[in-house]
Amino acid sequence: MTDQFPRKKKLHILHKTANFPCMCKALLISIVIPTFAIVLSACKGDSPIDRYTQKKILVLGNSAEPQGLDPQIVTGVPENNIIRSIFEGLCVEHPSKEGVHMPGAAASWDSSDDFTEWTFHLQPNGQWSDGTPLTADDFLFSFQRMLHPNFGAEYASMLYYIEGAEAYNKGQAEDFSHVGVSAPDPYTLNIRLKAPTPFLPELTKHYSWFPVPKHIILKHGTIDQRNTPWTEPEHIASNGAFTLKTWRFNDYIAVEKNPRYWDHATVKLNGIRFLPISNQYTEARMFFNQQLHTTYSLAPEMIEYASNQYQPYLRQETYLGTSFIRFNVTDPKLMDLKVRQALALSIDSQAIIDHVLKGGQTPAYGIVPPTADYHTPKVVTFDPERARKLLAEAGYGNSKKLRLTLLSTDKEVSKRISEAYQDMWKKHLGAEVSIEQREWKTYLARMAELDYQLVISGWIGDYPDPTTFLEMWKKGDGNNRTGWSNEAYEALLAQAEQIKDPAQRLRTLEKAEALFLSEMPIIPIYWYTSNYLLHTSVKGWHPLLLNNHPYKFVDLVQPTQP
Amino acid sequence: MLHTIISRLLQGIAVVFCLLLITFVLVRLMPGDPFSGEKAHSAHIIQKNKERFHLDQSYVRQFSVYLGFLARGEMGDSPVKEQPVTKIIKHSFPASLILGIAGISIAILIGIPAGILSALKKNSYIDYGTMVVAMAGISIPSFVIAPLLAGQVATRIPFLKIAGWGDPFDWILPAITLGLGTAAYLARITRGGMLEVLNQDYIRTAHAKGVRPLIVVTKHAIRGGIIPAIAYVGPAFAALITGSFIIETIFQIPGMGQHFVNATKDRDYFLLQGVVILFGTLIVFANLAADIALVMLNPRLRN
Repeated sequence: MTDQFPRKKKLHILHKTANFPCMCKALLISIVIPTFAIVLSACKGDSPIDRYTQKKILVLGNSAEPQGLDPQIVTGVPENNIIRSIFEGLCVEHPSKEGVHMPGAAASWDSSDDFTEWTFHLQPNGQWSDGTPLTADDFLFSFQRMLHPNFGAEYASMLYYIEGAEAYNKGQAEDFSHVGVSAPDPYTLNIRLKAPTPFLPELTKHYSWFPVPKHIILKHGTIDQRNTPWTEPEHIASNGAFTLKTWRFNDYIAVEKNPRYWDHATVKLNGIRFLPISNQYTEARMFFNQQLHTTYSLAPEMIEYASNQYQPYLRQETYLGTSFIRFNVTDPKLMDLKVRQALALSIDSQAIIDHVLKGGQTPAYGIVPPTADYHTPKVVTFDPERARKLLAEAGYGNSKKLRLTLLSTDKEVSKRISEAYQDMWKKHLGAEVSIEQREWKTYLARMAELDYQLVISGWIGDYPDPTTFLEMWKKGDGNNRTGWSNEAYEALLAQAEQIKDPAQRLRTLEKAEALFLSEMPIIPIYWYTSNYLLHTSVKGWHPLLLNNHPYKFVDLVQPTQP
Repeated sequence: MLHTIISRLLQGIAVVFCLLLITFVLVRLMPGDPFSGEKAHSAHIIQKNKERFHLDQSYVRQFSVYLGFLARGEMGDSPVKEQPVTKIIKHSFPASLILGIAGISIAILIGIPAGILSALKKNSYIDYGTMVVAMAGISIPSFVIAPLLAGQVATRIPFLKIAGWGDPFDWILPAITLGLGTAAYLARITRGGMLEVLNQDYIRTAHAKGVRPLIVVTKHAIRGGIIPAIAYVGPAFAALITGSFIIETIFQIPGMGQHFVNATKDRDYFLLQGVVILFGTLIVFANLAADIALVMLNPRLRN
């Protein structure tokens, strides 16, 4: 009896199943079977990353939903990460060497002796992902769109190196033919610059210099129209190693290998998934649970844990950025150079790195991170004794305490660093510094209006050249935000701009930086490090100053089991 | 009944309009604008972008332009995300709706039976135990429960993920996190409502007439006892659908909650206005639905 009962029941169920209406069958097929498939695959022990590695699909944490995918509109790093996969500039990054330029949309290039006239020879088989040939005319269109006065591209100033570009962008010249770009034939692009620019190939790696598809953009709008649907997956054509496949808002963006890419044989990945994970802890948890190949960043408080528990995955690499404190030099107390110097010399950057940040950063003694060719002048060092002396000379002491306010952001790490500064100024100078934390936009607005005394700040270079850190301190520059200016400093920058010899140019820029630091409108604190997690299955991913890893050289290889 | 519904709908429109007006002014009074960033852009570029979004004009003109958008069924473009607000909402709302429905289902399935049981076993260990758990559910914030579930549960069950929104299994942990707090409130409200009804004369009469206890509870007591719970479920459902910034960021869900917070932080005026209109409308409808349900449950309200 006990043997027969289950069999009868089973037959009964089968009989009922056979009479299910079509909808129920569809439900069975669409929900139950995939559910079992997922459970079974999950129980097999393969992690999501194992499965993606087998399919050669790289899964990246990418911080935030991109502002868009139009290279001429966006301004952020998450956008840059995606755009670099689907578009390509004239030159591309070397996968492991800084300052080495590899052919991109241009097969080769040459310049005049004074680096003001450049000729780029485009790839003869270069084409857009829809099969349309990529010609010099696309570049002319791209430059014109980027600089069009009605278009309002935030990064238009990146093209101001081109002769006549600034005047056209500001509406002072109406005719684009006066801008120094021309195409003598479909595969040759000439660029005439307003001053010697030996680092132009470096600039062309920035997405503001990338070509955009004229034939697609004009299909969906005019040259000066923003916000048209041309970047949607069903419309877009791109010239990079990958093409846009799926864009699920706030969920993920998927790109797949572009079969029409001129160098498609080099591309090893079949695709990339960019996940907009804004919460650093969620991102780290996803990585530890084998859901990501790499994280966008790593929260400072997790670095020690990752270092102990996940050492093979932790990456701590030099990043082209500087953390510093701005002085409002128009403030009555901070007009005095001795006060600024005293505050600067009493900051122990190494202690902040060791005890607060713990991310392997380097104490900064200047604004420009040093490179093999550029020697940052050593002006600012930790010297509390001299700091006390300078403050006394400025008239402050036990009878007259220095009282200031430090403006900070609402981020947790900013709060902890601000407290460290506060403690050091109290300990070494007896100064009373109060901290004001403000949310991001209020913080920016107050900094822009010079409505502060001291403010924590940072700057990331757009390209590896000292000018990306030095130009902003010119009078009236929107990024200056200190009230400081100096004619001699600007004269040195102007002088460097006209120097043809790259080494001599850098020596002049070093002089300018030394002058800037001696006036001390800022306190350099540390040079950035990029802290993140990278799975060991990712190959061909090397440290690069701007983290612009060229995806076409990246590969995924399943780690061998011990 | 129809008159009441129409009257409530008109009141709802007025409420949403006031909400919009207040949001419109307040967000513009905050320091900064959608175009300010760590890297400052040229003044002529900022001016050009302000012109594109009419932000260079007076508040009155800006508001009339915005009402024009609404009249055409649009909500304008987000100056930060460079996309139509309606498109952003269209992409984000399904995830929030799924999560909200799953969350409220969990809340009802746990909260109401727990409240009824607690009331029936008043002053017993079951009652004390249920209410202690409910108090814990109310007190423990979601930013504690969510990482605990992600770190301790998802890592131990193969088909659950720490975070992500790919398949229906991904709904489970966020829905539990979202539903637990509401379940706890519901349990307490249901218990209170049931205790009040169980002390009524008609319940005592039913018992005296020899009606079986189960019938007394299911047929007579629950109908009146869950009225406070129903009144709470309507707005709670709207609150759950509108998403939760914390739960969405911890579980990586592409929902609406994060827009509410990020649009304010980014001074994304148009997105914030769109989200406020949507949330306001949802709350109006949820309250209306709760009122209709109450009228159906309680004949005395029909007059």
